[in-house]
Amino acid sequence: MKKYLLGLFLVLGLVAALFGCKKTDAAGTGAQTTDLTRYMNWNIGADPKTLDPCLNGASDGGDVINQTFEGLVREKSGKLYPGIAREWSFSPDGLTLTFRLRESKWSDGTPLTANDFVYSWKRGMNPATASEYSWIWEYTNVVGAFDAVNGGSLDAVGIRAVDDLTLEVKLMTPTDYIVSLLSFYHFMPTKQAAVERGADGTWAKDPAAAVSNGAFMLTSYRIGEGLTLVKNPNYWNAAAVRLAGIEGRFIDAESTAYQAFLANEFDFIPNVPLSEVPRLIAEDDRFFVYPLLGTYYYNFNMNLPMFQDVRVRRAMALAIDREEICETLGAGQVPAAGFVPPGFLDHQGKDFFETAGMYGFATDGSRVAEAQRLLAEAGYPNGQGFPAFSLMYNTSEAHMNVAQLVQEQLRVNLGLEITLENQEWAVFQDTRKAGNYQVARGGWLTDFMDPMGLLSIFTTGNAYNDPKYNNPEYDTLLSQAARTRGQEHFEALYKAQTLLMTDVPVITVYHYADMMFASPKLKGWDRSVLGTADFTGAWLEP
Amino acid sequence: MKKYLISRVFSMLVTIILITALTFAMMHSIPGGPFTREKAIPDEILRQLNAKYNLDDPLIIQYLDYMKRLIRFDLGPSFSKVGVSVNDIIVAGMPASARIGLLASIVIIVLGIPLGIISALKQNKPIDYLVMFMATLGITIPSFVVATLIIYFFAGKLGWLPSYGLATPLGYVGPVIALSGFSLSFVSRLTRSSMLEVMRQDYIRTARANGIRELSVIGWHAMKNALIPVVTYLGPMIAAILTGSFVVERIFAIPGIGRYFVDSVSNRDYTTIMGVTVFYAVFYMIMVLLVDIAYVLIDPRIKFGSEN
Repeated sequence: MKKYLLGLFLVLGLVAALFGCKKTDAAGTGAQTTDLTRYMNWNIGADPKTLDPCLNGASDGGDVINQTFEGLVREKSGKLYPGIAREWSFSPDGLTLTFRLRESKWSDGTPLTANDFVYSWKRGMNPATASEYSWIWEYTNVVGAFDAVNGGSLDAVGIRAVDDLTLEVKLMTPTDYIVSLLSFYHFMPTKQAAVERGADGTWAKDPAAAVSNGAFMLTSYRIGEGLTLVKNPNYWNAAAVRLAGIEGRFIDAESTAYQAFLANEFDFIPNVPLSEVPRLIAEDDRFFVYPLLGTYYYNFNMNLPMFQDVRVRRAMALAIDREEICETLGAGQVPAAGFVPPGFLDHQGKDFFETAGMYGFATDGSRVAEAQRLLAEAGYPNGQGFPAFSLMYNTSEAHMNVAQLVQEQLRVNLGLEITLENQEWAVFQDTRKAGNYQVARGGWLTDFMDPMGLLSIFTTGNAYNDPKYNNPEYDTLLSQAARTRGQEHFEALYKAQTLLMTDVPVITVYHYADMMFASPKLKGWDRSVLGTADFTGAWLEP
Repeated sequence: MKKYLISRVFSMLVTIILITALTFAMMHSIPGGPFTREKAIPDEILRQLNAKYNLDDPLIIQYLDYMKRLIRFDLGPSFSKVGVSVNDIIVAGMPASARIGLLASIVIIVLGIPLGIISALKQNKPIDYLVMFMATLGITIPSFVVATLIIYFFAGKLGWLPSYGLATPLGYVGPVIALSGFSLSFVSRLTRSSMLEVMRQDYIRTARANGIRELSVIGWHAMKNALIPVVTYLGPMIAAILTGSFVVERIFAIPGIGRYFVDSVSNRDYTTIMGVTVFYAVFYMIMVLLVDIAYVLIDPRIKFGSEN
């Protein structure tokens, strides 16, 4: 009998040991806030890989960093506001950009100077830092920056602290969008002493070591569970910050976060279950949908003989009913005739998307007759004789829905036989990069406010040119656009997109939309046009 | 006994080496890597990243390095969380997983075994049918359905339970039910059939003929033997349940380690894949060892291996 008693004690001991530590844990995870009314509850989504602006490459991390750090400028809803930079100006030739900084402090009370920006930026482009987003320096046109990313000298980079409060940036070519691009999290400053305190990147998630300069600062980080931000008294614009802090959670199950939101446990959640979207758009005023600067499309494998005839590619692009697809998805997506989404203003202040037009495509099924004619001209009347091919996407319910619609539309309208194939995300990316596909899904979200960020991926040799599109004229137009600004810049881009849509290396399907659920009590929240949440000016009404 | 334990521990070490080698080979053979990104990382940066995590060494060297660190219980840095080690991830997640797992295990044992016995004793009576009907439901309905329904009704519609997390004691109710459903049903079915089998044995008849009280016949003589298959199942089950469940932890947003068994693979987070696999393997083998020891305690016919 003794043995059994011993066993019982062992089990009881284990229970006691496990639950004994619960008390301290609960104090760390529960409501540790004193002024609950002004702490906002936010579901961040996944547990971010890092909270270090230089190292981050993901939107969840970017959302947090946007609350804890402040760049030279801050962009909200497409409008630029001064951040650490009080004002800025271009030299007459457009090649020198000078920022005049305000006097500001880090969250530890030490002064922040132009040298901090020089340090952080060079850290971001230094290959030794191995920042996943370092490629963005290519688009800044900062002298020597992209060379440095590829192992060139950091000393040759055209950024310089003229004095403590003056930062000078040398550009290779005049770049209109540079100031708004610098509002991106990669360009937010990090403090050298904090960064170098421990092993690479550990500082940013350790409340004792983390130093930031934004509206909030990190006071607690719990792996896989959540984090706590409190108002940073040393923030230059602290007077405008009306929240005492933010309780952030890492719930990646959308249905769970949604239920919690309905139970008033959250003030803001970034996503909802897809099946709820159509109903929410129609009847819930707490639900917000914004256009996202990106496009969902299908790549033709241009190396394959079956896709050599442009009439075949064009026929397929014409035979798709994009409106039916968007209606089925029902989450605010915009049918895409061209590649550049709405939201980019050209030199005349007109929307690029609207000015560009349709390129002879239709967003509904009204061009099917033309599609059938083109396919017949190419030698495949009613699809007869055209080889069966597969359409590949990465495993997900939403991608499957789109692929099934496209499969059906091309079968009914053109008589094409298509099989569907899906692969897990990482495998799919490798397959697509290697060109082992016939038609494959693609998606691209840009990171700066210029259509070039989208169109440039189809230049020869670009890492993201999955269709392996190769047209020297297109490359020339893009390099022309990179060297010019204003009218010349946009004319080159309009021509480039016309060329792209004439050659049809991709079938554009829709432009992305971003959605979120915000409590009516939460006021003053905002987002960048690139989709980063901004609570620096938010407050909660009783 | 001592000799037996030593030989068991030795075979566990061999198993660990095999498991790590197989896992290591398999995870490196699937396409994609920890730095596969939609937005391509420049070659120079990729080279630095690979150098930073020693991914540029030949695979066999990487494996030996890993094993060297494993001996010191260092599971290495996570690829998907900068500056966080796999040890940190397990230490942070294990308490939550283990708490739910332990409660679920207790529920399974305390409810499952008696239900199975009652069912066996009342074979083909209404109560037997009811228990077996419930058990069939429990086995066939997947945990994600149970979990989602609990959240939808008890958290959403009725507001009796919190929608996520373990901040309050009520938070445990949903995860424990969802986690224990399958095993509870399985254990009660197993106990029932095993009990029915034992009740037909000669020695039970002998015991009864000897005038031993019925309670004692069932509770002592029959149960001791009927429980052997149940104990066999319980060992590995407890190891599996205590190390968390991907589905239950994800749906109830519990910061346990269950999620890493799946997430680490999709992220190609090599060190985390290895870390959680080794952790689970060790735990599993210890539970199996405990089961083997329990056999000896329960069944006098079973003796420690070579000792006799």
